[in-house]
Amino acid sequence: MIWFGSWHLFRPNLDAQVGSGLRLAAIAASSLVLLIVSFLAHESWPAISSLGSRMVTDASWHPSAKASEGTFGMWPIVVGTLVVTGGAVMLASPLGVVSAVFAEFYAPPHVAVMFRGLIELLAGIPSVVFGLWGLMVLAPLIARVSPPGQSLLAGVVIVTLMILPTVMLVTGSALESVPRERVRGAVALGMGRFAVIRHVVIPGARAGIVTGMLLGATRAMGETMAVLMVCGNVVKIPRGVFDPVRTLTANMALEMGYALDLHRSALYTSGLALLVTSMGLVACAQWLGRES
Amino acid sequence: MKSTSRVQLPTSGGQGELAVTVVMWLVASLVAMILIGIVGDLVWHGIGGLRWSFLADSPARAGRSGGIAPILVSTLLILAIAMAVALPLGLAAAIGLSDFSRRGGAFASIVGRTLDVLAAVPSIVFGLFGNAVFCGWMGLGYSLLAGGLTLACMVLPILVRTIEASLRSVPDDYRVAAASLGISRTRATWSVLLPRASAGIVVGWVLGIGRVLAETAALLFTSGYVDRMPRGITDSGRSLSVHIYDLSMNIPGGTANAYTASLVLVGMLLLINGMTRVTVHVCLRGSGASE
Repeated sequence: MIWFGSWHLFRPNLDAQVGSGLRLAAIAASSLVLLIVSFLAHESWPAISSLGSRMVTDASWHPSAKASEGTFGMWPIVVGTLVVTGGAVMLASPLGVVSAVFAEFYAPPHVAVMFRGLIELLAGIPSVVFGLWGLMVLAPLIARVSPPGQSLLAGVVIVTLMILPTVMLVTGSALESVPRERVRGAVALGMGRFAVIRHVVIPGARAGIVTGMLLGATRAMGETMAVLMVCGNVVKIPRGVFDPVRTLTANMALEMGYALDLHRSALYTSGLALLVTSMGLVACAQWLGRES
Repeated sequence: MKSTSRVQLPTSGGQGELAVTVVMWLVASLVAMILIGIVGDLVWHGIGGLRWSFLADSPARAGRSGGIAPILVSTLLILAIAMAVALPLGLAAAIGLSDFSRRGGAFASIVGRTLDVLAAVPSIVFGLFGNAVFCGWMGLGYSLLAGGLTLACMVLPILVRTIEASLRSVPDDYRVAAASLGISRTRATWSVLLPRASAGIVVGWVLGIGRVLAETAALLFTSGYVDRMPRGITDSGRSLSVHIYDLSMNIPGGTANAYTASLVLVGMLLLINGMTRVTVHVCLRGSGASE
């Protein structure tokens, strides 16, 4: 406010030029989104125009460079993405909210600091390293119960760990932003610790918690390497948690290297669908953030 | 700051309170134990192969033996390219958003929101984009340059948003004081605001480095798989993360070296992270800031 009130105090010429250069940089950076959408749309167009709904309705996924020779049914892969994402969000949300409440209200200060440090460490571990751990430790563990181990369950567990920091950190800042007067008032009324959290803090932070879940879902859906390494990548609708699945992201990573023409274009179409869905989720999160 | 805003809730209560407290501690220790398990597993299996020759030698037998020297070089080249492109553009965009557009105005708000959307684009989609634009349309093929440019696009929103936030956190008094001295806004930004926000800029930069080093999916089909020493930035090269993926998925018997390479990668990330914390600490102390 003050800054703009004093605009006239500065030498106008130089500042106007520098300003428009810098704003141009900002526009260039944000117009990358448009560039990405339009390049993906351009690459997807052959598949969209010649295959259309066949990409969902075809009975199987045996793609080829020509429309007449292959089948392009990505439905089982779409289902794979949905169940991995849904499962991870369902597991990570309660874990993330409980972890955030723990760090905010239950842990002694030094434990809270250590716990947050650990969660930040978890957030910094690269996706391939999670994949390696899942492949070497988690999958053999699951295989003892029901082979082959590389399964939907392994994918859900790994992705849960990967999105847990997102859910916890966003929830944590929402918990902090609940007005302290409200919390103190509830304490003054004689409410117990959990009662305050359940009836005052959590309802006050609801928008933030949902935002955390949405952002977690976005990350889960876009996650590639760890999922590719632990899910088994069989194109089939899973019948149970021990069945292998393939997600859209894993499908792209596996096949982009050799895909040609229409096959390649179909992969770009799945990328475009993924992109539009995650943009929608982020828009929802932004809208919620504005409400609160 | 946190300790003053923290409200001490009553700890006494009935059996229900006790049960909830126990559940809280159980969940937190479960999360902590899994994390310690992952890091412990990495160190346990990886530390044995970690010696100087592993860093200095070329991979042999598709990576089963030998080291990772060319892969480290490729990784650093990709990082350098990504940062050389993204940092100047990101810095300029951040300054444009924080100090050369109206606060809370339509421009800053729309551009900012768009950047947040860009930050949420899945990395594999950046890979598709990079493959179509840099490898195909611009004719770079599978190369370190194409990979670096793809990652530059990917880290750009993170850089802009963190640098912008650190510029905004500089108190307006500095701007008013600069204005009252009659120096230009450009000059004020360059000599007052940027030095004052330097700690935040370093943090944003390091976050970006972390993202680039950890990235795999966007590089699979932009910088390629070749594991020999790159002859230049238009040559194809394999990053450390792609190497880990290849060793663990496609090379039977590559696990031991995959673990050691993972340990090197995580070690690099932790080292950079630690160095940043120290830098920020020193910077804040040096500038006499009270935060």
